[in-house]
Amino acid sequence: MAVSEKAMEQKDFTNKPLCLSGRGVTKVFGMGDKKTVAVDHVDFDFHEGEFVSIVGESGSGKTTLSKMLLGLSNATEGEILFQGKPRDISNGKKKKEYWKGIQAIFQDPFSSFNTFHKIDSVLLDCINMRGGKNLSKEEKTAMMTEACSFVNLKFAELTNKYPFELSGGQMQRLMIARIFLMKPKILLADEPTSMVDACSRATILDMLLNLRDEIGMTVIFITHDIGLAYYISDTVYIMEHGKFVEYGKADEVILEPKAAYTKRLISDVPKIHEEWDLSTVDLLTEK
Amino acid sequence: MGKVMLEVRNLKTKYITRFHEDVYAVDGVSFSIEEGKSLGIAGESGCGKSTLALSMMGYYFPPLHYISGDIIIDGTNISGLKPDDVRKTILGSEIAYIPQAAMNALNPTQKIIRFMEDVVHAHDPKKDKKSIREMAEARFAELGLPPSVLDKHAVELSGGMKQRTVIAVSTILNPKVLIADEPSSALDVTSQKMVIKMMRELMEKGYIKSMLFITHELPLLYNVTDDIMVMYAGQIVEKGSAKEMVFDPVHPYSHGLMNSILVPEEGTRGNKLTAIPGTPPNLKRPPDGCRFAERCKYATADCRYTNIPEKTFDDKRMYRCLMGVDELKEVYGRE
Repeated sequence: MAVSEKAMEQKDFTNKPLCLSGRGVTKVFGMGDKKTVAVDHVDFDFHEGEFVSIVGESGSGKTTLSKMLLGLSNATEGEILFQGKPRDISNGKKKKEYWKGIQAIFQDPFSSFNTFHKIDSVLLDCINMRGGKNLSKEEKTAMMTEACSFVNLKFAELTNKYPFELSGGQMQRLMIARIFLMKPKILLADEPTSMVDACSRATILDMLLNLRDEIGMTVIFITHDIGLAYYISDTVYIMEHGKFVEYGKADEVILEPKAAYTKRLISDVPKIHEEWDLSTVDLLTEK
Repeated sequence: MGKVMLEVRNLKTKYITRFHEDVYAVDGVSFSIEEGKSLGIAGESGCGKSTLALSMMGYYFPPLHYISGDIIIDGTNISGLKPDDVRKTILGSEIAYIPQAAMNALNPTQKIIRFMEDVVHAHDPKKDKKSIREMAEARFAELGLPPSVLDKHAVELSGGMKQRTVIAVSTILNPKVLIADEPSSALDVTSQKMVIKMMRELMEKGYIKSMLFITHELPLLYNVTDDIMVMYAGQIVEKGSAKEMVFDPVHPYSHGLMNSILVPEEGTRGNKLTAIPGTPPNLKRPPDGCRFAERCKYATADCRYTNIPEKTFDDKRMYRCLMGVDELKEVYGRE
């Protein structure tokens, strides 16, 4: 099935169980005069199997929010609930337990891998983390082969190689193979396609949709490209200056935007059937 | 037909790896850009777009090496010049190049005005600082950039402003050709729009005579350039006007590229978005026949072994495929 056919089916997720939600989540950097509110009292509900996009410009707070969702930084205020219960990541052990449920793919595949670890050991780590430590060698190899074939890579060609011997697109796919092995409840993808070209982008989007469809994963997709968000997501959250200014079904938000910011984001994307109006931007602004 | 500003004839360049292997990254590329026109180059990563841009400056340093071909800027052939002569006489004044990470090239300890002085002094060492400042301020005002930027350091500027500043600095000597290699890829959509607006103004006000724009984002190329050229494995596989290339591509590879277009327009959710299967050929040993044959669903045995000539149709359109235009249109029309 082509990417679009899977993406097209707009489902209603409101009746599905909650996977990750937030109430008044806030992150403040600095204090006094230098106080910056990066994320400002945001509320959200992400349901099981939902493909959610968080869209905003550079500096809108997308990545700060994603770090809080991943438990890599603490919220200054507010609460994050995982599967309906308040999330507890107060110590290292609990954090590790939480990371079995949420995993991430980042923008730069080149800095996502430990340069000193071979690809086999990267994948073996994932199996061990999922409690597969006592499996036989053959079973582990079979699992790794399956994960690699899920992302159109050949495991036999990757053994004994280091991550830096792969291309950017291959590395990004290897990241997806890791996710396939870990099978977390939630996948947080922070601009996973911004460093790959338009052709590889389609492949990666297809794989993310496969993860959602085959494993029932919730995918949180962070991007500045509203065209991409429209194409792939069920629900879109638009973020401006740390706040969600608009959210809803992708069709509603993109085709009938209500917030002025959403309208501007849409008008800033070059299109092929509509005139691209360059007069809306002012070069004098410090942006 | 306008005056030809840049002409590239059968340009061939290669990389020599540390294992002394040759990688033929640009293999027989020919095209020209007329005065006041812009040309876009599209293609996936590793197809030779950026190497072509580097090769066109005539400034070669290892591992990139020149093999053969001509680069003619406004009637002057620069292909045989020594690197030092190219730097002193061509770069900045005849041809300006903006790489993707141009904004990271700014020295953090210097103010922006110093870069302006550097560029001008490289070509005119006697010019005094006062007149350079006047020149820079006038150019910034013309382009609608805040003149206060000239006295700032790079760290004080946002990514978008840094990129626009670099473009303003590199075009201060009014080069005939501007080569922009993914100038807006690292920026968000609003900053990207500002960069494009500024480049348009440079063209409209005649500060640059012609532009070569490289990106893999087709909607952007469609909105910025007059013509689009599609590159694959070191060769040009199709060329035509922006509109023809986006709405009526001929070559199977161009069809694949156009299928990857994503825009937030009504109805695009229903469009078929399919990735081109397979990977590009290894350019250390380029295939004898069509370089796209391994990934093309209409490839025949002939395609794999025959040298594929460039064909033209409708006056100005060029493509590189064994199949005829009508035949290609028919098979893709059926899909």
